[in-house]
Amino acid sequence: MDQTAFFFEILFPALMQGLIVTLQLIACSAPFGLALGVAIAVGRQYGHPVISWLCKTYVFFIKGTPLLLLLFILYFGLPSIGITFTAFVASVLGFILCNSAYNAEYIRGGLISIKEGQMVAAQALGMTRWQAIRSVVLPQALRRAIPGLSNEFIYLIKYSSLAYMLTVIELAGAGKQVATKYFLYTESFAAVAVVYLVLVSITTVAVNILEKRVVVPGTVRANPSAQL
Amino acid sequence: MDVLPILIDWLPYLLSGVSSTLGLVFAALGLGVLLGLPMALGQVYGARPIRWAVGIYVWFFRGLPILILLFLFWFGIFPAIGLGHLSAFVVGAVVLGLRGAAYQSQIFRGAIQSVSEGQMIAARSLGMSRFTAIRSVILPQAVRIALPGWSNEYPNILTDSAVCYAIGVVELLTITARIVTQTHITIPIYLAAAGIFIVLNYGGLKLLHRLEAKIEIPGFGSGAM
Repeated sequence: MDQTAFFFEILFPALMQGLIVTLQLIACSAPFGLALGVAIAVGRQYGHPVISWLCKTYVFFIKGTPLLLLLFILYFGLPSIGITFTAFVASVLGFILCNSAYNAEYIRGGLISIKEGQMVAAQALGMTRWQAIRSVVLPQALRRAIPGLSNEFIYLIKYSSLAYMLTVIELAGAGKQVATKYFLYTESFAAVAVVYLVLVSITTVAVNILEKRVVVPGTVRANPSAQL
Repeated sequence: MDVLPILIDWLPYLLSGVSSTLGLVFAALGLGVLLGLPMALGQVYGARPIRWAVGIYVWFFRGLPILILLFLFWFGIFPAIGLGHLSAFVVGAVVLGLRGAAYQSQIFRGAIQSVSEGQMIAARSLGMSRFTAIRSVILPQAVRIALPGWSNEYPNILTDSAVCYAIGVVELLTITARIVTQTHITIPIYLAAAGIFIVLNYGGLKLLHRLEAKIEIPGFGSGAM
């Protein structure tokens, strides 16, 4: 079979199918990873000491363990105690756990960087603690966390490839299948690499635009080097 | 079935994976410094084509998942250039190292750029050549500034080393999976492996922080700019 036919009739359609699964994995993980990350950061910073300790321990364990091992526990381990997930769901759960722990660290950095006086001022104006966190502290902290959060989002795109190790046929899996079937390893993986590079590069540009968009007029743009 | 005695029986085998995992990590960290530091110098002081080449290298290795890099080099590039006889361990270490170099070069670059430009001018006005100034004035400070950021590469490479399972490197995760297949005990074995990873992770970081404290210049503060 000639090269052009291989690329356009076999490799390209397979990779596009894989890409759709990759995008589904990311779309299912990212929002929950962010939401859980916010909850953990707020819990750690403002919660009851017990909750704070739990959040800290959660981040400690997730950050200390390889994501692949976490995925194995979710997919191969949990069935032994009667909890069974499909490979896709197990992957998404693993990505959410991992993503949220790292996001929480950046958001906590943002929370710490907001002067305590703002909290005091908000409460002096009659806001409850919760209202002050939600309406005063978090909107600023999240903006400062954006550079870190965008980095984590890009990591999520890349680490979504580990779903293949749980037999989810996403981008990496699609490439591997074609490579093995046609013995064209370099060509297939190079094509997969191109798709990832395009995906990551587009995302990098997009998050930079987002970062500029959400700046509150009149405030200084979050400076990554000044971050905690 | 009592799990604990079985776990204790298999523990030596599980721990044998530690040496392999640490071997991957140290080889990758070493290769990362060896390539990353010259790349950083090239990117700051080099001619335009060098800066451009380093930029492309960094974009490539930072833009790709570690799994794809491992597949690409293990199945594709290395066999294609006649290095197909290399063991999975060597390929794993080299790929982790090449990728680490991309990340580390940016840590070193930031550190080099954070040493104020006046120091270069002052060194030159004292009659030092550009090379001597970089070697004796800029780098000793830059490396110390870079160390805290560099330390954070250790946990990243440690957790990524587990992905070498995918190309058949016999490291901690591979051995864990083998024990699970043999004993049909899943969660306790996985948790034991996770525990070992956590100890390696935070233990290693603690050692690195001690090193940071040791090499800091008195009164200079490690990593303080």
